[in-house]
Amino acid sequence: MSGSAHKANFVQPKEFKFSKENLKKIDEIVAKYPKGRQQSAVMPLLDLAQRQNDNWIPEAAMEEIARILDMPRIKVFEVATFYTMYNLEPRGKHHLQFCTTTPCWLRGSSEVVGACEKHLGIKLGETTPDGMFTMTDVECLGACVNAPVLQRNGDEFYEDLNTENIVEILDNLKAGKMPEHGSQTGRIHAMGEAGPTTLLDMAKKNNITAGGDAPKDGGKDGGKAKSKGKKK
Amino acid sequence: MLDDKDRIFTNLYGWESPGLKEAKARGDWDNTKALLAKGREWIIDEVKKSDLRGRGGAGFPTGMKWSFMPKESKDGRPSYLVINADESEPGTCKDRDIIRHDPHKIVEGALLASFAMGAHASYIYIRGEFYHEALALQKAIDEAYDAGLIGKNACGSGWDFDLYLHRGAGAYICGEETALLNSLEGKKGMPRNKPPFPAGAGLYACPTTVNNIETIAVVPAILRRGGDWFASIGNEKNRGTKVFCISGHVNNPCNVEEAMSIPLKELVEKHAGGVRGGWDNLLAIIPGGSSTRVLPKDICETVLMDFDSLRAVNSSLGTAAVIVMDKSTDIIYAIARLARFYWHESCGQCTPCREGTGWMYRIMQRMVRGEANIEEIDMLLDIGHEIEGHTICAHGDASAWPIQGLINHFRPEMEKRILEYRKQVAA
Repeated sequence: MSGSAHKANFVQPKEFKFSKENLKKIDEIVAKYPKGRQQSAVMPLLDLAQRQNDNWIPEAAMEEIARILDMPRIKVFEVATFYTMYNLEPRGKHHLQFCTTTPCWLRGSSEVVGACEKHLGIKLGETTPDGMFTMTDVECLGACVNAPVLQRNGDEFYEDLNTENIVEILDNLKAGKMPEHGSQTGRIHAMGEAGPTTLLDMAKKNNITAGGDAPKDGGKDGGKAKSKGKKK
Repeated sequence: MLDDKDRIFTNLYGWESPGLKEAKARGDWDNTKALLAKGREWIIDEVKKSDLRGRGGAGFPTGMKWSFMPKESKDGRPSYLVINADESEPGTCKDRDIIRHDPHKIVEGALLASFAMGAHASYIYIRGEFYHEALALQKAIDEAYDAGLIGKNACGSGWDFDLYLHRGAGAYICGEETALLNSLEGKKGMPRNKPPFPAGAGLYACPTTVNNIETIAVVPAILRRGGDWFASIGNEKNRGTKVFCISGHVNNPCNVEEAMSIPLKELVEKHAGGVRGGWDNLLAIIPGGSSTRVLPKDICETVLMDFDSLRAVNSSLGTAAVIVMDKSTDIIYAIARLARFYWHESCGQCTPCREGTGWMYRIMQRMVRGEANIEEIDMLLDIGHEIEGHTICAHGDASAWPIQGLINHFRPEMEKRILEYRKQVAA
């Protein structure tokens, strides 16, 4: 559960209005559901509000959604507090959500979280004083063969993490650069690092050899990634 | 080992574009109109013939499920197909790769399955964390609309079909079909009492079938190549191909499409590069996602990866997510972490699950340290039994199984931990 928005030391804005562009999107979203079933649009609208409002949903936005969808405001509150991806209080600019469930833990998520905590000087659940980073742990993100994994702001997955490439990601974000999402060791998606074991004709056609790219920094851990090259 | 020519997901690793043109070159949307022209009964019969069992975990025969839907609407209520892409079972990441790399198989399968069930509209419920995957799937849906493959007069068949994507927002429980329907209706994702079953009153109280997205994605291949072809792969009643996810302590974690009933050891050694440190360094494997009971090495030597073989060893195929643990693993922590997962993801509706999952997690935390009584091992089993079968949905049951697996196979480990802790405290 996302926790209560009532106790924290931040101000709930008095008003929330969707942007003109988002109002148009809302019409498109509501049209996906049968007439009279507009309540189905509550989740996509909460998501829109969160995207418009720096990655968190103020109570005024829930009120506005209740008005637009003609549903009791408590029903919107219920939904907003039930699902973990809705932030009901401000988050850092980069909300880093670390998966720590067993498959990620087996591949070293504790060490990755530790390296991030050390680099940022905060613990899980905290935000850096400059408001740049919030660290939280989340349950299984569903990318287990590319573990450990983290997700940024509910959008990008960073996969095949280790104690070195996590620091690289942080430094890039600090410098205002968006690191490429996906595998951080150059693996091709969910293919084994040593190369294809199936679909061999397809692999040949597409010049697929091994799944690992040359490590960017020649790092110890990254060195596990084979440097036979990937898709050419 | 499955022949490459029998593999359905030829772009599983995203080597090629997921776009319509490339998907067509891989065989998708090849004269779909002719498949539709063979009629609803033919489609359902072929799927029955294929022996396809649902790929979401429960393994219910798909053709039979489809045949529960009303042949025609007597009261004006429409029928719906709802496709479950709320992939959240720890260890599982198969749907993700189908969605982002072979999305046209899903869109085509949705049309064929909806037509077979008399549904003019279908919703795909995708977990909220799969943001880029949702974009990829929406792109495929848009391409199919633009090409006239879905929408009014889909593929020129005379059948109107609309397909919509709905994103979740981070709740494992929405993978349970009735919780998913509530979520899709804009409510909290809490499971519903059954009956009524969705085929009678599902989405918006209309007849609904909920299928896993992998189930839907294999339908076009089954119809093109014949139910008999699919049924020729795997062992009896456990037919066809399956996408397996192999994670944890293996040299090359990966997803791979293999034949149902492949030996677990072969799967790990051939495709995932073997156990880290060699097969003899294996401690245990969770064979089908977090809720399935862990198997010690001696069972892993010989067990086959299918519904019935794994049931025979008191576990389950689940979502076919193989989580490998070598001898360095603290198996008690590994399971305690899953206990935390089930506690965190309990929707809170039923008391046994809401309270029991937390209770078990708190005891398991102490078990990790050894700060417990030996009798509490049996108490964990008791709590599990009190939850199992006493809740609306299977989340409660699923929370008990990993702990049961641990106790069945690693009780001496737990006892040892407790005795060690006592020694330490006494010293």
